[in-house]
Amino acid sequence: MGAEKVVVVGAGMVAQRFVQSLRAGDAEGRYAIDVIGEETFAPYDRVALTSFFSKAGPEDLLLGDQALWDDPAVTLRRSTRATAVDREAATVSLDTGERLTYDHLVLATGSSAWAPPLPGIDLPGVFMYRTLDDVAGMQAWVRERQAVVGRPVRGAVIGGGLLGLEAAGALQSMGATATVVEFADRLMALQVDKSGGEALKSLIERLGVKVKTSLATTEVVADAEGRAGTLRFSDGSEQLVDVVVFATGIRPRDDLGRGAGLAVGERGGIVVNDTCLTEDPRVSAIGECAAAAADGHLSIGLIAPGNAMADVTAHRLLGREEAYLGADTATKLKLLGVDVASFGDAFATTPGALEVVYSDPFSGAYKKLVMTDDASTLLGGMFVGDASAYAQLRPMVGAELPGDPSSWILPEGAAPRPELELPDEATVCSCNNVTAGTIRHAVNEDGVHDLGELKACTTAGTACGSCLPLVKKILTTELGKAGIEVSQALCEHFELSRAQLFSAIQVAGLTTFSEILERFGTGHGCDICKPTIGSILASIYNGHVLADDRAALQDTNDRVMANMQKDGTYSVVPRIPGGEITPDKLLVIAQVAKDFDLYTKITGGQRIDLFGARLEQLPQIWQRLVDAGMESGHAYGKSLRTVKSCVGSTWCRFGVQDSAGMAIRLEERYRGLRSPHKIKVGVSGCARECAEARGKDVGVIATEKGWNVYVGGNGGFAPVHAQLLVEDADEETAIRAIDRYLMLYIRTADRLQRTAPWQAEYEGGLDAIREVILDDSLGICADLDAHMVHHLDTYEDEWAAVLADPDRLKQFTSFVNAPDTADPSLAYVEERGQRRPATASEKVQLVGAATATTHPEEN
Amino acid sequence: MTTVSQRAAVPTASTDRTAVCAYDRLTADLGVAALIDGVQVAIFRLADGTVHAVQNLDPFSGAHVMSRGITGTRGDEPTIASPLYKQVFSLLSGECLVTMDKAPREGLDPRLTVFAVTVHDGLVYVDVPGAM
Repeated sequence: MGAEKVVVVGAGMVAQRFVQSLRAGDAEGRYAIDVIGEETFAPYDRVALTSFFSKAGPEDLLLGDQALWDDPAVTLRRSTRATAVDREAATVSLDTGERLTYDHLVLATGSSAWAPPLPGIDLPGVFMYRTLDDVAGMQAWVRERQAVVGRPVRGAVIGGGLLGLEAAGALQSMGATATVVEFADRLMALQVDKSGGEALKSLIERLGVKVKTSLATTEVVADAEGRAGTLRFSDGSEQLVDVVVFATGIRPRDDLGRGAGLAVGERGGIVVNDTCLTEDPRVSAIGECAAAAADGHLSIGLIAPGNAMADVTAHRLLGREEAYLGADTATKLKLLGVDVASFGDAFATTPGALEVVYSDPFSGAYKKLVMTDDASTLLGGMFVGDASAYAQLRPMVGAELPGDPSSWILPEGAAPRPELELPDEATVCSCNNVTAGTIRHAVNEDGVHDLGELKACTTAGTACGSCLPLVKKILTTELGKAGIEVSQALCEHFELSRAQLFSAIQVAGLTTFSEILERFGTGHGCDICKPTIGSILASIYNGHVLADDRAALQDTNDRVMANMQKDGTYSVVPRIPGGEITPDKLLVIAQVAKDFDLYTKITGGQRIDLFGARLEQLPQIWQRLVDAGMESGHAYGKSLRTVKSCVGSTWCRFGVQDSAGMAIRLEERYRGLRSPHKIKVGVSGCARECAEARGKDVGVIATEKGWNVYVGGNGGFAPVHAQLLVEDADEETAIRAIDRYLMLYIRTADRLQRTAPWQAEYEGGLDAIREVILDDSLGICADLDAHMVHHLDTYEDEWAAVLADPDRLKQFTSFVNAPDTADPSLAYVEERGQRRPATASEKVQLVGAATATTHPEEN
Repeated sequence: MTTVSQRAAVPTASTDRTAVCAYDRLTADLGVAALIDGVQVAIFRLADGTVHAVQNLDPFSGAHVMSRGITGTRGDEPTIASPLYKQVFSLLSGECLVTMDKAPREGLDPRLTVFAVTVHDGLVYVDVPGAM
């Protein structure tokens, strides 16, 4: 077929963006794309390289939807190098000996780490900080040395820029010490000024990283075994080291372009025009290997401009001319947990520029705004230690800043901050270059009224996500202006959202649906508000789900305390805390399954599911289970499901804590806790993470010193890894944090909202949640704790309670006028030694057409 | 046309009415199933005291589960929601008011058959044509 051939050399972030962008606009398959990458991985998030240490493996860093690489129009060649470009013949030679012809060549070779040619730089124990392989090599080395030296490994990082500080953080996270050595007079010299550098230095030193500035490294001296052992500096001083990381800058990888005779910039980088074309109309260069006219023919080492170049080039191939307008060098970083951000004219180079500066003596934060000489227009800014105002201020560069500029840098609440109205052309999402105007257009013209949809159709906030609060704010402002209230109404019977209703019910002390409907609702309720209120009442008072008028509120699963399957029969799941079960209890379960002919399957949550129980059989089955000391597993409830665990240190030779014991303690603590949606918990006994705890709402992972608690993980169709809430906590501290996290979730989440989206949409995100539950910023911790105590005090096994109550047992009848008759429409066939529901066609054969329908005419 | 009434009509042999259970056996908003001459019927007593009966077969799942759904209202119309895939039906007309973007199982009508209900002398009678 006649598809035009696009060859992309390089398989980094910018290459991935280009391919994604080109494929997104090429439904008819005009282009066939070959991507040549020398690394063994598909494109990964290099910006997040440091997080490699806190993640399970390189897969976690892979970028975008991996389906892109399964697209038949895209061929990704990994571990392959392009060795030469022949522009005459329009071919690229590969180190495999192959030669690819192209109609369009896109160079996205990025940059490489550069280190000064010092003596000793090739010694074992000296690393660069650029690729996953670099990072993995460094990690392996530190582990190996750690095991030998029997003390913390001594690490040093040469270079105090962004990568250097990231590398220092990486060393610390591996248990090594870290000293950062910087030639310039301050850290992050490109982003912050002298005072900002001082603030950053002292904040970082508080975290245990040593910082030496105005110091050049002259030599890496080998130890007796020939490994890197000592650093020698320009002032004659020395420092003992076990590992050295060079983060002394990057150089554009422009050798392919040079070899092909393309022009390069003064400081390297293939020269391209505003549409990212080189002098050859068939060759483009994008990202860090390119030196664009709009950037003064300098290569820019940031991801956002690279993405913009990728889009410009893809759109050009798709027939849409756009121009690359140069890099917005605004950056916001979190280095070792310290915010560093700068934007616009941060160094106040504009003639007459005013600097408004605030240094917080207690927190160590340094904040600066650069204004025009009349203090009216914002030119730029710089933040160290607290960049909370960055997202709102960055898009305001060049615009008038209403009110007193100092209100933006004084501690929050010290002076009122005026409401900002962003100009349409202001960039809101700098990763994907989305303006406020684009977002407003989507809301007002395209009728997008939902944050998720808005993200999908504008791509705003889909890369780093830092602009999401702003996107949400624009959305609500625009909807407000249009007179559209963002309806939070639960359903036609209740104007309130679930969270509002929760507080209202709690404050008013209401305990029945009819009271609540009378006070806050209209009509008679429905299948949406009834279960929600049933759940809220259970969360607040922890009464029995079938008590008073509540049975009719519950979804069918809660109503009969079992899970309805497709044929209307139920499955039964007894609780097996932590997945630990005695052989005697296993025998009971087996005997029950045999006696009632229940299809039996092990669940993903380490327990046993018994299928095919009819409504009227449930009490008999549960009587047997309860008599044997078992209780409801709440597999049917919007409540805690299971706490999955590995066996932990009691048996496992790698375990560092008793994970099974912890899991049982947690499961017995949170069992029966009703919540907006199901809650799953996992506990792993070491960093190998066999319990897959980070895929759970709450994941607890053992460390040498205690427990790390992760929150907001999710499987399902939008999988999310849980994020770190507390680190190295003792058991009581970990449990208190989980208690409060769950209680806050239960109070404030939306109907059927799981923890991951709740956490993402909570105002201020996980940082704000942490402040509420760890620092008690809202003063509600005592309340949350009391609520959990109430839950623990009032827990009862709901199945045991029903078995003791003849009134509630009445509901478990097949037919009110024929309680001994089973549903005659049920039919089963045998498969692999057990029964399963018959399909529609099998059923016709088994029970005849008559019972497959209830149309009276046919009876 | 289906009528729902609590008229004190005396059931006679000439009708198809079948006594199902005592009115007091029904709890407000909690459905029960009845088997009337091979036909599965879902019966609901609502909060206002009225009693309604529809087919127990859920046309969207093919399972006999309507009696285990949640009652409610849409506007003034009393409704029942299927416990399986949450379609909502009118208890007055049987019409499917919310399909959840799904089609019924092959060969099944999305509308529920509605049966007339009478309460007399504390007993609930359901009128299933053809039943003895």
